[in-house]
Amino acid sequence: MMAQPAYDIAVIGGGVVGLALARGLASRGQRVAILDEGDVARRASRGNFALVWVQSKGLGMARYGAWTTGSAALWPTFAASLREETGLDLGLSQPGGYSLCLSEAELDARRAAMMRMHNQPGWEPVPWEVQGHARIARAMPALGPEVVGGIFCPLDGHVNSLRLFRALQASATARGATYLPDHPVQSIAALPGGGFRIETAQRALEAARVVLAAGLGNATLAPMVGLDAPVRAQRGQVMVTEKTAPFLTHPMATLRQTDEGGVMIGDSKEEAPADESVGPGVLAAMARRAIRMFPLLGGLNVVRSWGALRVMSPDGFPLYDQSAAAPGAFLVTCHSGVTLAAAHAELLAPMIARGTLDASLAAFSARRFDVPSAA
Amino acid sequence: MFRRLPEIARASLSFRFEGAAVEGREGDSVAAALLALGHAALRETPVSGSARGPYCMMGVCFDCLVTIDGVGNRQACLVPLRAGMDVRRQRGRREAGS
Repeated sequence: MMAQPAYDIAVIGGGVVGLALARGLASRGQRVAILDEGDVARRASRGNFALVWVQSKGLGMARYGAWTTGSAALWPTFAASLREETGLDLGLSQPGGYSLCLSEAELDARRAAMMRMHNQPGWEPVPWEVQGHARIARAMPALGPEVVGGIFCPLDGHVNSLRLFRALQASATARGATYLPDHPVQSIAALPGGGFRIETAQRALEAARVVLAAGLGNATLAPMVGLDAPVRAQRGQVMVTEKTAPFLTHPMATLRQTDEGGVMIGDSKEEAPADESVGPGVLAAMARRAIRMFPLLGGLNVVRSWGALRVMSPDGFPLYDQSAAAPGAFLVTCHSGVTLAAAHAELLAPMIARGTLDASLAAFSARRFDVPSAA
Repeated sequence: MFRRLPEIARASLSFRFEGAAVEGREGDSVAAALLALGHAALRETPVSGSARGPYCMMGVCFDCLVTIDGVGNRQACLVPLRAGMDVRRQRGRREAGS
């Protein structure tokens, strides 16, 4: 088969991560092809919890904390620009968020983790505080008596992530990117004179550069271009209630009321899942905890539940890499594609457009795993 | 729009709809009773405010939502009518605490 006309860059993966990069690249004059697996893809972009979340990010890698805080700060402009361009209101709200604790022991452990995180070398300060029951109840009077307190971070927020997904696709294509659905990539070969030949189920095409943004699919794609993407699936289950009048004025780490009124309850973390299925055991445990936090949730009906697979690296932090063996090949993968969407579009995409990742992103390379483990 | 079958003669049940005294029949669902009274639209959607009414009559479409005795978002097609019920339109979102 004849190769199609070349693109400057092929983004492999049409989820929130790939589309945010494609939008950023297309905005900088790159001719972009988005190769998307299709509706059979295990699409975290359709199942996520939609937090734009700062407070718990970075214990173990200070650079990740700053990268996350930076993305949260870019979000208002990012959302406004997507709205202007696509007419879609992403429902971004960043009123600060809570991690609620149901016992003193839980609160102590969380406070200790926050302090460890903030005592790391190179940590860029992020505002946070411990708030007691009374203080939180002033902000949200429906708070249950069992909540002893929580961590509040004024930078936390949430968004309508399904509308984000749609807006990114509309914006990327409006800026000239070519969206190619049902194009699962079978092989990528670096060409002798530079550039890449990509075989898909439908056809082959050539591009000067390639970005792997295929989530869990990156594990098999990365070795084709001399990269390593040690990612595993971690299942999260989510349920959503019927729509109600607004009563949760802040998002919580495991509980939030959407812009349309439904209350999402979620954030289970299950290792080695067989698939995206949900089960009554985990859902019931999540619901019981949520009702202890806000008892009036007990009177609401759950209208849907679903599962999705997080894309987890061994240490939970993103992987941003460029290939030494095949220059022009990049790897981008993370489990917080919503929070990081603004940074991916506005900070990471320009680096890829220039052809090289900044040294400031060196901490995110998969080379961090190339160390012998202690016996 | 709907008429009752003449051969089915069940005892009537008094209830209230939007505060007014009305009558249905024993064996009616709340939705069936209201449709028989000529009320096609029972709710206004939370997102756009447009009118919706009973559609599937079997519990899957959630378009027949009403407030019954102060509890919002009840599926009128699944709730058997009882004498004395206070039924109101579901206007937008329900209140979580009621």
